[in-house]
Amino acid sequence: MAEESVLTDDFIRQLMNVGEVDILVGLATDNNAGTVGPILRTIQAGILKSFPRERAVIINADGGSRDGTPELVTGASVDDVRRAYSGQTLRTLHSVSTRYAASPSSEAALRTILAAAELLRAKACAVISPESTNIEPEWISRLLRPVYHENFDLVTPIYRRHKFEGLLMRNLLYPMTRAVYGRRLREPYASEFGFSGRLGNDFLARDIWEHDGARLGREMELVISAITGNYRICQTFLGTKERVERRGADLVPAMRQTVAVLFSAMDTTFSFWSNTHGSQAIPTTGPESDVALEHLRINRKRLKQMFSDGVAELEPVFESILSASTLSALQHIASLGEEEFRYPAELWSRTVYEFAASYHKSVISRDHIIQALAPLYRGRIFTFLVENRSGSAEDVESNIENLCCEFERSKPYLLELCSGGK
Amino acid sequence: MREIIWAELTQATQEIVREFAHLLPRLIVMLIIAFAGWVIAYLLKWILRSVLRLAKFDRLSENSGASQLLNRADLPPSTELLSRFVFWVAWLGFILIGISVLGIGGLQQHIARFFLFLPRLFVAMFTIFFGLLAASFFSRAALLAAVNANLPSSRLLSVSIRTMITIFVVSMVFEELGLAEQTTRLAFGIAFGALMLGFAIAFGLGGRGLARQFLERRFVREKKSEKEDEPSPL
Repeated sequence: MAEESVLTDDFIRQLMNVGEVDILVGLATDNNAGTVGPILRTIQAGILKSFPRERAVIINADGGSRDGTPELVTGASVDDVRRAYSGQTLRTLHSVSTRYAASPSSEAALRTILAAAELLRAKACAVISPESTNIEPEWISRLLRPVYHENFDLVTPIYRRHKFEGLLMRNLLYPMTRAVYGRRLREPYASEFGFSGRLGNDFLARDIWEHDGARLGREMELVISAITGNYRICQTFLGTKERVERRGADLVPAMRQTVAVLFSAMDTTFSFWSNTHGSQAIPTTGPESDVALEHLRINRKRLKQMFSDGVAELEPVFESILSASTLSALQHIASLGEEEFRYPAELWSRTVYEFAASYHKSVISRDHIIQALAPLYRGRIFTFLVENRSGSAEDVESNIENLCCEFERSKPYLLELCSGGK
Repeated sequence: MREIIWAELTQATQEIVREFAHLLPRLIVMLIIAFAGWVIAYLLKWILRSVLRLAKFDRLSENSGASQLLNRADLPPSTELLSRFVFWVAWLGFILIGISVLGIGGLQQHIARFFLFLPRLFVAMFTIFFGLLAASFFSRAALLAAVNANLPSSRLLSVSIRTMITIFVVSMVFEELGLAEQTTRLAFGIAFGALMLGFAIAFGLGGRGLARQFLERRFVREKKSEKEDEPSPL
């Protein structure tokens, strides 16, 4: 109960009125009035349909919305949804909303949900993104059932994505997490996931919250701590991942909340990952990958231009991060035209590992290291787009598998770099 | 005549011997202070070098760009240079204390002035080190932000920021040391003002298109062409 101090008195009172629960679904919002209504109804439907006899609560952690999001959550009636499942529901379904801060923070939102889960002694919990407008009631069952009925501690999602969506996940996060931690986890950074009360409590009890400062990407830290803590992990296929608006400016923030967390976690988990070899599959419900192939307009020319400009302009920064041979190889490919340009998997894995080692040694400001990786990532995805331009779903999957194998093959190099060499 | 000369010589010799006898204990004290000072200064140097190595000061200095400057000037690494500097300042301080024991008229004032100057010297050194560190950090931050925002002439922007901060730091250091204060202040004002005016003219007249592009990117966030140019990372 040490985390009670995180929660406001009013929120604690509301939670005490709820009492102990079996199922908890967390919804972290920030001005999501446009989408939160249908999502909430789907969550209610999912709970009533799949867990009619269990005590359940929906916790809304709000980051200071000014569009009435919390009022929509607390005012949402469960009666309409209940009518659709009449005869099956035996319990009251509570919806509790709290404002954890005046400004949004994914870390504070997750902490609020974890603290509420601890206070209510929830057995199985799930976090749902307020932007997943295509959520279906089955998602709740798929995320919670493995925890509630099969004693898994963490359930991560697998989505149906376009072959050119989620490229940071496919080209860096998945291959590197797999190589470093030895688990074939498709979505190490998930906006929807399920977890056990045990994992949630253990993660909440870690001393990262007070001493580590406000950080992005705690969700990914939760996943890594589940892997390194040898918790039982599984994956479940949810469905189509809602396509988000794409802007070049979104890349660096996305890298800060994922790549920076992955690199940073390597400091504290060295003894685990340095003794991990190869990779093992994770129990999965549904297909391990599902790729959509329809046409998608992407400005490839701009990606190549930003890569070449980045390599030229950031040379003094790269000299502190990369080895001479890697930098020279990058300068060589940057000088090639679009037709001949190729950023091979071997060079990409070497680049990422040298960045990870430089981050580990803090050769320059860690945030600058993450920012410097962005133009190189653009070069890599240019190659990914070209390689898979006319590829089938199997071809895309095969290319991703080859990249993962390359990351696994190069892992001794990462170990060597992190153990002192450059 | 011979007796007079002999008497004068004897008196002079006696005076020299008396003076020397008077000075000898002070000289010995001075030598002891200088020797003890050398030992203490050496110890300080050793302790400081160990602390700086432990704190990875060379890496910090490399990040600040100070190491590159030292390399170009054929000077030892910053850890070594700083510990040597502390050694010489400490030893010189002890030597001056020793000299003051000799009681030579006129030297006292210079010695006092030296000790009064020491804190300013240290402040100047800290200013230049952290100033260079700030110049390096902010110029690199600007370079990375400009490259990731796909702005043209990123390197120029970064070098300009580094130059501005360096000019600012150098003028602060000169002022702290009390060297040519008026000239430095005037030179700084002219250089900084000219740089700013140059930027204003270049950005306002020469770079109208660039300014529009920059402002559009900054404030018109919903441009369709930008939304569709990159695949979603997550």
